Amino acid sequence: MTRMTGPIAVIAAPTVSRGKPFVYQRHQPPESPPRVVLSTIPSDAHTWNLLFLHLLLEEQGWEVTNLGACVPVDTLVTESAARPPDLIVVSTVNGHGAEEAPALARAVRAVPALVRVPLVIGGKLDTEGSVDPDAHPALTEAGFDAVLIGPNAVPRLLALLDSLSQRGHGRAYADAVR
Amino acid sequence: MPSADPARGSATPRPGPAHGGAFHRFMADAARSGTLVVQPRMGFADPARMRAGLLATRGAAATTVGTLTLDSFTRVGDYAAAARAAAQGHPLNGYPLVSMPVATTTGLLDGVHGEDFPVQVRHGSARPGRIVEALIGAGLDATEGGPVSYCLPYGRTSLATSVRAWREACRTLAALRVSGVEPHLESFGGCMLGQLCPPSLLIALSVLEGMFFRQHGLRSVSLSYAQQTSAEQDEEAVHALRALAADHLPDTSWHVVVYAYMGVYPETRTGALALVADAARLAVRTGAARLIVKTAAEAARIPSVAENVTALETATNAARSVRRTAPPPSTGVEEEARALVEAVLGLHDDLGQALIRAFARGYLDVPFCLHPDNAGRTRSVISEQGRLEWSRTGSLPLGPTAAVHSSRRLTSSGLMYALQHVKTRYDAPAVSLARAS
Repeated sequence: MTRMTGPIAVIAAPTVSRGKPFVYQRHQPPESPPRVVLSTIPSDAHTWNLLFLHLLLEEQGWEVTNLGACVPVDTLVTESAARPPDLIVVSTVNGHGAEEAPALARAVRAVPALVRVPLVIGGKLDTEGSVDPDAHPALTEAGFDAVLIGPNAVPRLLALLDSLSQRGHGRAYADAVR
Repeated sequence: MPSADPARGSATPRPGPAHGGAFHRFMADAARSGTLVVQPRMGFADPARMRAGLLATRGAAATTVGTLTLDSFTRVGDYAAAARAAAQGHPLNGYPLVSMPVATTTGLLDGVHGEDFPVQVRHGSARPGRIVEALIGAGLDATEGGPVSYCLPYGRTSLATSVRAWREACRTLAALRVSGVEPHLESFGGCMLGQLCPPSLLIALSVLEGMFFRQHGLRSVSLSYAQQTSAEQDEEAVHALRALAADHLPDTSWHVVVYAYMGVYPETRTGALALVADAARLAVRTGAARLIVKTAAEAARIPSVAENVTALETATNAARSVRRTAPPPSTGVEEEARALVEAVLGLHDDLGQALIRAFARGYLDVPFCLHPDNAGRTRSVISEQGRLEWSRTGSLPLGPTAAVHSSRRLTSSGLMYALQHVKTRYDAPAVSLARAS
């Protein structure tokens, strides 16, 4: 399975260049931009959420590896372990997240190099449409640092990106994401 | 209003068993009588709930066909995960047809599915072989999808793999004809990511997939078109789809199915139901034979049975208020669609190979589609008039006459604005009403 680092560059070229934020800058850009792996769960085919988040993360100065639709857990783990990122974002809207993502988190946390990488999930995680951020304790127990659902999901993600940028990358983020 | 044309050539098979070709015959009869058939998207893991959903669909005050929507595990071929989740009573987003014992499925269909109420399987799989075998095993004869429409927007399977798998699945399904059952296959080509794909490409893909089905033995097909951003543009598009189908599907019974908006859906009940009502009017005005509805719960979660019934009845009531009309003045949608179809047909006699080559060359290129086999050189924009237009045509064989609307660079907020265009328009009146009261 090849990773899809290119699609947005292809779609958005030449106006979006990866790693060069074109929205106003809130912080001094680091020497090398922080890196995020953007993924979904194996059964989820939706991509508008991934496309939106890809653009949003780039605008915030992050280098994005977008793994595309229906990402097998092995692919996510292999891609992330090869070059541990500063953040892993799992976005899913098909209602299977609560069922499928705990195994994903355990697989990520089972890799020593990924034990402390911030791992967040968001979207529509069950078939009932729960929006309570505390509705899914099983996800945090399995290893997610934050569950971003409901109307505040995107603002919370932006706040998280801010605090990660402020702290620099490669450190523990447990406080930043809660 | 028959857009289905059962009188043509070999469309009507030898008389079959009593329950044979249920979907095909039901649609042919409805098209003859000019009745709009409405259909939900509905799937539950629990067989009892699934049966209750089908019974409620049948009992709705509307002319309906039933749907078994399959779950996402089944769609990607993870039958073990589907079976595990179902056995543990976990909610899935559909019915795990392949993982269920045949007796469970025939049991839930018993006394529900039949000539007066055919049931179609809807899934979303690029490798539908097991699903087709399972639906035949359960006594069903209708499903949907296609080698492009269930591949590019839906995962990581290569287009070549999907073409092979769909060729085999078509042949398996078409083999039912030997026993006197006329199987039916619907192209999902009129959807392609649900939104922001200009109408001409939706039409071309639907027609090409219908031709692919025919090349592999099917003689009863439907072509889809998903409601987009402009009622007038949509009307032109569905008329164009019917014109192309008439030219490219000889000796085949075909009809057009309209999908209520498949993008980001209104959150307000009023807005959601107004959108599905407009979809029903679009279907009737353009002579489409069938409509697949969306519900008031669509924006938030998997809808309930009752919400589906409300949507079916809302659509039926809206359909009663309009009649078939002549096409609006042309803005070139049909010409664009014809140019796309003809360019693809020129690439290879085998339609599967033609489709693979067309995507490799960018003759077909779905805007915003992340699949590796999609060229990704096209882009669309919603114009000031609310129409869906090309802002970048990449290598599409549209010639210099294709109007290309200027585009600004793609940003997350710009994308969100376009994705929410329809939702905002339909939610706004309901929200201001709520504020006023």
